[in-house]
Amino acid sequence: MFSLPKLSSALHLSGRAAFAALLTASALTLTPAAGLAQDYTPDAVVNIGSLYEPQNLDNTGGAGQGINEAFNGNVYEGLFVLTDGGDVKPKLVESYEISDDGLSYSFTLKDGVTFHSGDPLTATDVKNSIERVTAETSSSSRKKSLSNIASIETPDDKTVVITLEKPSISLPYNLSYVWIVNDAATDISNSEDGTGPYQLQEWRRGSALALVPFDGYWGDKPTNGGVMFQYFTDATAQNNALLTGAVDIITSIQSPDALSLFVDNPDFTVSEGASTTKELLAYNDRIEPFNDAKVRSALSRAVNKEKLLQAIWGDYGTLIGSFVPPTDPWYVDLNDVNAYDPESAKALLAEAGYADGFSFTLDTPDYDPHPVVAQFLQNELAKINVDVKINIITANEWYTKIYKSHDFEATLQEHVNHRDIVFYGNPDFYWGYNNPEVTKLISGSESAKSIDEQTKMLTEANRIIAEDAASMWLYLYPQIVVSTSNVSGYPLNGLNSQFFAADIKKVD
Amino acid sequence: MLKYLIRRLVILLLSLFVASVVLFILLRLLPGDPANALLGVGATPEQIAAAQAQIGSDQPLGMQFLTYLGDLIHFDLGTSFVSRSSVLDEITRRLSVTLPLALSAFFLALLIAVPLGVFAAVKANRWYGLVLSIISQIGIAVPVFWLGILMVYAFALNLRWLPSGGFPLRGYADPGRAIESMVLPVLTIALIMSASLMRYVRATTLKVLGSDFLRTARALGESFPEAFIRHGLRNAAVPVVSVLGIELSTTFLGAVVVEQVFSLPGMGSMLLLGIQQRDYPNIQGVLIVSTLLVLLTGFLADILQRLLDPRLRQEAR
Repeated sequence: MFSLPKLSSALHLSGRAAFAALLTASALTLTPAAGLAQDYTPDAVVNIGSLYEPQNLDNTGGAGQGINEAFNGNVYEGLFVLTDGGDVKPKLVESYEISDDGLSYSFTLKDGVTFHSGDPLTATDVKNSIERVTAETSSSSRKKSLSNIASIETPDDKTVVITLEKPSISLPYNLSYVWIVNDAATDISNSEDGTGPYQLQEWRRGSALALVPFDGYWGDKPTNGGVMFQYFTDATAQNNALLTGAVDIITSIQSPDALSLFVDNPDFTVSEGASTTKELLAYNDRIEPFNDAKVRSALSRAVNKEKLLQAIWGDYGTLIGSFVPPTDPWYVDLNDVNAYDPESAKALLAEAGYADGFSFTLDTPDYDPHPVVAQFLQNELAKINVDVKINIITANEWYTKIYKSHDFEATLQEHVNHRDIVFYGNPDFYWGYNNPEVTKLISGSESAKSIDEQTKMLTEANRIIAEDAASMWLYLYPQIVVSTSNVSGYPLNGLNSQFFAADIKKVD
Repeated sequence: MLKYLIRRLVILLLSLFVASVVLFILLRLLPGDPANALLGVGATPEQIAAAQAQIGSDQPLGMQFLTYLGDLIHFDLGTSFVSRSSVLDEITRRLSVTLPLALSAFFLALLIAVPLGVFAAVKANRWYGLVLSIISQIGIAVPVFWLGILMVYAFALNLRWLPSGGFPLRGYADPGRAIESMVLPVLTIALIMSASLMRYVRATTLKVLGSDFLRTARALGESFPEAFIRHGLRNAAVPVVSVLGIELSTTFLGAVVVEQVFSLPGMGSMLLLGIQQRDYPNIQGVLIVSTLLVLLTGFLADILQRLLDPRLRQEAR
């Protein structure tokens, strides 16, 4: 089994923000990793198993999600940080001020920050780092969300002033993706010069990437003697490495079958964090019959999502009833909207003029779990006389046929991002959902005067898309981290693929 | 012999040229532009155009082909679209895993297959001769990845003698761990390979055993082992050597699968990754280098065969 680089992992388009995103713990079982404060070996090297090897070391150069996992917060830092709990907090910023019109942000940088090469952090580095992301040649997925920046000024070495074209409450959130890179650094595709707690020791392509603590780090020293990311192309090989002690942690378990090896085994800790990956059936809302909300609602009601989730993940994973995961501030439990009810599904379908059902083609990506999900849907929908034709396609075809040409009736896809309800505010997005009210709420939320106002507007948008059954949201993937029991302090949620290593403790 | 060598060398170069042309065409027939795969789904048309210009995929095919050939002549395999590093450097690094893996598996397979094959032929009528040929038959039927998984299960997960996969960060600078991580992959390929090889050795030995010249040698008073070693082995070796060339190429193929099972950073995993990412320079580079390796082994096998068999040298004159 080979793991394909999933296209959706590149679906990092723009994100909206608020500062306080509290974990709504309703459906989540958070198992805090055990371990006492003093009870660890400070110079122990932690081996982390991952399936996502970066392609190069530059996050604006198509390096894939692996580079965020290895480098975000470990090797590079931003002006702000998106914590594992979903909060946005200042990192390299000491303080900042926003002008009354919300158009100008003035950031004061922290003192005493140096790059791994020894150069001090200056305002010019920050300006260049942001411009690196917005540059013409950059293939950063964050480019769009920063396109609102009109100018960046550096009145002195410690001050950066960003002027926007229109107010953007998400600016700090969006800046948490911008690595601050030394502007004197030359080849950042194959080397690094960041300000983080670790520096790159060595990277052997196809095998491993080693980070060692940086002695001149401005903040707290890591609680370990370094981390080594070991890369696997095969999930079984990765599990074997954990079983034999060759790695200490697996950042995210992708195969439900593997869990039985670790659950109820005292040598391992299995923790479920909060995921942002949503499995969904996206209709092409532009075309008949999917341009009718009644038809979409009927299909939603015909599918027993609980049974599907149970079949695929057993006791893991969550049903959310919409597109917004619990780590987004605008989450509400919407499972009751268009809940499972085959009888009313039939009635709705008849009302919409499809009493005898209809048939459609479901373009199904060829990797797990989509083919299994497609078959399940085929069975469920057959009960209301809707005939599903499954068409298996590759990830690359998905991109050209569906994402770019919008040439499809319905498709399955996993969407990995945090705060990505914004896609429903864009009528040109591949699924073509076009509700002016939602578009207005979503674009308006960006110019909101307060986080509360933004949250209120997006919660409302969330509720509307659920009532409209804009897509069929099947379930939220579980985010499962497994470690040997002598390791603790690792992040559980891995929001946006980050994996902060500095607080990991290991007993040797 | 020199004339033969030159002729053989010309054939090798021509085959390499044809192979590179075919590779170029086949890769371009794949749907999708590599620029799309590079940028991911958030890319704007302008970004894609910029990326196409950067990697040259906006040029007419003929132009791309000429550039590609020109670079090949200088043995410049280009720069990877994705990692932006030199393809040749990367292949060299990966070969440092794949070559030792394939070669040691190959020699180990010889070491197992030749004595066992001869033994199975000589004792063909005894029960253990039969058992050996049954085992080799089973060995041929077993897929290499399955044996690899069994090996991991037995020696890594249960006995904990050897690592289940991976390769040390510092490579051969960490010799103990590097060798440890090669043991199971080498064994896996060697066992599978020796099964088919053993059948060849057995078959040709059987043929030699029934031959007139061996009977004559025995009639002249040589003992069986004496006659077999002096006349039999060399005759049996000729067809085996011709198979060896093919077998060594299959070892490289086996390495692709085995590297996947054991997470080894070799050429095989580079090829698979390249295909997934539409990284044409990487795919082309790996395929051309492996074509070259296969052609070279065929070349060496031909020469070795001629050294072993004077009759072949006769014909060429």
